[in-house]
Amino acid sequence: MLWNLPFITVVVLTFIGLVTVLLKKNIIKILLGINILESAVNLFIVALGYREGGVAPIFTLAPSELMVLPTPQALVLTSIVIGVATSALVLSFAMVLQKKYGTVDIDKIRRLHG
Amino acid sequence: MTVADFVFTNAPALLVAIPLFAAFLCPVIGKISSMVRNLWVMGMMLITAAVAFILAFRVFATGPVLYVFGAAAANLAIPLDSGGIPIRIIFTVDAMSAFMDIICAIVGISVLLYSLSSESRNSSLEGYYTLFFLMIAGVFGMVSTGDFFNFFVFLEILSLASAGMIAYRIDGGLAVEAALKYFILSTLGAIFVLFAIGIYYGQYNALNIAMIAQRMQFTMLDKIALVLLVAALAMKCGAVPLHFWTPDAYSMAPSSVTAFLVVASQASLYGLFRVVFTMYNITMNCVTVGWIIIIFGVLSMVVGVTMAIPQKDIKRLMAYHAVSQTGYMLLGVGVGLAVLGNTTLTSAFGFMAMEGGLFHIFNHAMYKGLLFLTAGAIFYRIGTRDLNKMGGLGHTMKYTMIFFIIGALSIAGIPPFNGFASKLMIYESVYLFNPLLAIIAMVVSILTLASFVKVFHSVFMGPKLPEYADVKEAPLPMLIGMGILAAIVILFGLFPQPVVDMLVAPAAHALADQGGYIASVLGGA
Repeated sequence: MLWNLPFITVVVLTFIGLVTVLLKKNIIKILLGINILESAVNLFIVALGYREGGVAPIFTLAPSELMVLPTPQALVLTSIVIGVATSALVLSFAMVLQKKYGTVDIDKIRRLHG
Repeated sequence: MTVADFVFTNAPALLVAIPLFAAFLCPVIGKISSMVRNLWVMGMMLITAAVAFILAFRVFATGPVLYVFGAAAANLAIPLDSGGIPIRIIFTVDAMSAFMDIICAIVGISVLLYSLSSESRNSSLEGYYTLFFLMIAGVFGMVSTGDFFNFFVFLEILSLASAGMIAYRIDGGLAVEAALKYFILSTLGAIFVLFAIGIYYGQYNALNIAMIAQRMQFTMLDKIALVLLVAALAMKCGAVPLHFWTPDAYSMAPSSVTAFLVVASQASLYGLFRVVFTMYNITMNCVTVGWIIIIFGVLSMVVGVTMAIPQKDIKRLMAYHAVSQTGYMLLGVGVGLAVLGNTTLTSAFGFMAMEGGLFHIFNHAMYKGLLFLTAGAIFYRIGTRDLNKMGGLGHTMKYTMIFFIIGALSIAGIPPFNGFASKLMIYESVYLFNPLLAIIAMVVSILTLASFVKVFHSVFMGPKLPEYADVKEAPLPMLIGMGILAAIVILFGLFPQPVVDMLVAPAAHALADQGGYIASVLGGA
């Protein structure tokens, strides 16, 4: 049961993230929800690559033992960088909307319709 | 090695590298003067398009082209010491990818020419062109890559650049509101895609699309991944019931960008087809998934056109029509998917339906791009998008009116324009599959015509209005940009058969032939 703990965490984080994105009205909080979802996916991918008792996958002078998989770590690194870009863009949108509309509540940002 | 050889061998990599290079040097070159910058962006766009055409020519002449990043030879997909596993990032350009490359190259050239004058009144254009080239790199990457994680990366590059472009003209916050809506949905979609990638990696130890396709077992987890991918990519291409970002984003983006956003949505459509045809193919229940896609398509057609009719904003109206036309593509390809397991039905009308759907992708990019560009030209001259405030523009903007007529007749499926050619293929084949669907498609087409007659009448007809007395024709670069698309609309409408035989049929067969795709990467395994 214990080795499933990362995956249980993934499910819990996904749930928290989705609820935050769907129910919160503040753009900043929605962004936090998206970040939580991203962490859930990142944890999921990293946990897939874990091998019990494995060493870090650095080939130079490595002992010939079991290693954890390097690919998921590379994927997660990329995904984290993309996540930073995403956060920066959403935050800059929030800044502009605060300036122009005077609010970051998505229920009040509703001038486009039809 | 000569330059020609170099380009010929490295075309798939150059397709992404040149736009990225152009994008990030653009701010530096813009410091010199705006003239030099315009020359730079136009030159780079022409080079990118030339590379895309060379690559497409090579694919249609000799079959799928591989490009393995970092390998000793460009087509060495499986390193000798890897035990038969493709470990590197591989670009796999088959006929379907080449087909999308051509669309992106043609629309890219016209849109860039158009924006040279349509955006010339704005400041800080370096940012505009940088984002534009990032969008181009994103589309080319998405349609060329053979690695699923790589697909995700380009999807995110495209979403970030598109969101930046939608918000580009802040417009009192309205454009930012549209961009925020688009971007939050895109990000959620991308997270779904990444989840699906994790599921595949956990099961099959592979990220390469061909490798995943070969090992596909269609377990419970694969079903979850399929649902995640179909939901995310259908949302990104703007199909009902996940279409609500489309009208906002399409109407608030600068018109030149909207024309390219159409191509960006189609890159997601390509992703959807790649997933269901190449990765799953007949291991899944094609009839069920095919019908799901057909239902998405029919809903998009009907809801899109009914929402379009009462619109008063010209670009919002066209955006709802874009949703409606996406439905035709989903309908055509969905019918092809639904009969995929059955060889007799597939050869009877399945391929024709798929060809119709794919041909419609091409035609839609051309005539919809053209329509958005004419709307942009009108906005450029009179400064409003409200149909009730327009009128009598036919007296002064004659060429724009002609281009609008070409686009409008084409979207309504009137011969001899290209919209008719692809819609006829869809009607004929879908009628054999299920007559009701074909009838719905025809009714939607008639409603589309009705809606565009209304637009035409309120924009161009009537007496000259006093407030628009000194309106002039759109500037020459904008007319050339529209002219390229209009010429293709007419040309493909007059001679659809060679185009179908040369471009569309190979693309449809490449899409349906899962074994061929796997063999092109894994070497007949």
